[in-house]
Amino acid sequence: MKILKSAVAGTLESSDCMVTVEPGSNGIEFDLESAVIRQYGKQIRKVTLETLGRLGVRNAKVHMVDKGALDCTIKARVECACMRASEHEGRINWGGVIR
Amino acid sequence: MSNPNKYRLRRTMMFLNCQKPGLIKDPYVYKPDSIMLDLEDAVAEREKDAARYSLYHALKEIDYRGVERVVRINGLDTDLWREDIRCAVAGGCDSIRIPKTETADDVRTVEYAIAEAEREFRRPEGSVLIMAALESARGVINAMSICDSSERLFGIALSGGDYSKDLQVSISGTGVEFMGARQHMIIAARAAKVQCFDTVWTNLDDMEGFRKEVETIHAMGFDGKSIVNPRQIPIVHKIYTPKEKEIIFAEKVIKEIDEKKAQGIGVFTVDGKMIDIAFYDGAKRTIALAKASGVYKGDL
Repeated sequence: MKILKSAVAGTLESSDCMVTVEPGSNGIEFDLESAVIRQYGKQIRKVTLETLGRLGVRNAKVHMVDKGALDCTIKARVECACMRASEHEGRINWGGVIR
Repeated sequence: MSNPNKYRLRRTMMFLNCQKPGLIKDPYVYKPDSIMLDLEDAVAEREKDAARYSLYHALKEIDYRGVERVVRINGLDTDLWREDIRCAVAGGCDSIRIPKTETADDVRTVEYAIAEAEREFRRPEGSVLIMAALESARGVINAMSICDSSERLFGIALSGGDYSKDLQVSISGTGVEFMGARQHMIIAARAAKVQCFDTVWTNLDDMEGFRKEVETIHAMGFDGKSIVNPRQIPIVHKIYTPKEKEIIFAEKVIKEIDEKKAQGIGVFTVDGKMIDIAFYDGAKRTIALAKASGVYKGDL
């Protein structure tokens, strides 16, 4: 999946996270802000990178502001931001790249 | 195609906006019978895509602890509903709620799309049920044919906001504007042997009005009520819990009918009331409700 433009998904409400995805050229550049970065930073990074990997995103700048999101919310926001940034339209591959 | 969940207990069905992770992460703590994961009116137009991703992963990863997971899709007059169904079925939802249902064909159209999605995502045929929300005068008038439209359809629900607009009245809080629709819908649902659910009560500052409305719809025969706030749940469940006197009477009716049937007796009296086989299903329903409410201590 190619990131064509900047896109955002999510909010700054409790239990959510806001993900901003932008075009990049140096692999995945991931930047995280979270009040629980010491406890959960590694896990959030792992879930984010795995999700980007499934989507086939190889180059992108990804900025996340976490407000206590569960793994399922992190996946959902990363996927949504990437789909918007790649201008994806049409049927979604539920259970395939989205899982 | 027979789904054991078709007649499950549905006293409360709590609306939750799929766009809000804080709402959909743990609603089971409030113990509703069903949750209504909403992709339709509660979700802003530009967030429809985001709500679907949230819904899919919530269905896949959150253990809702036996609470029924109903997904309200977008209307058939939009270009969103087909993908909503694919998302919900792939995620593992229990049921789909069709908004603004007006005809039996609306239900069949959705049924066809659900069956396609079940095949695509390898779910057993018939595993996803349907409920239809009636939101217009035409929908209410067509209640009988809608109730009879599909083996998957477990019930119909009145959607009071849109219905009152179509009827060109405002919501009074007395229920007078819903009288005809409620009576018509419950009769149609019972005739078709499906369930019937009442509309939401949105004035959270008037919980006494809410309680009175639940008492009314309970007396009318509704199976449950749509809920917008967890505070409403214990009120509904309390009203739907059978009283001790009713449980004892229902027990006697079931036992006597079973016994008299074996003896070839059709009509007899219990506590001075004339009883026949017509009382059997009602008594069974009372015992089932008592069990679900945790107040039954008998041996039936």
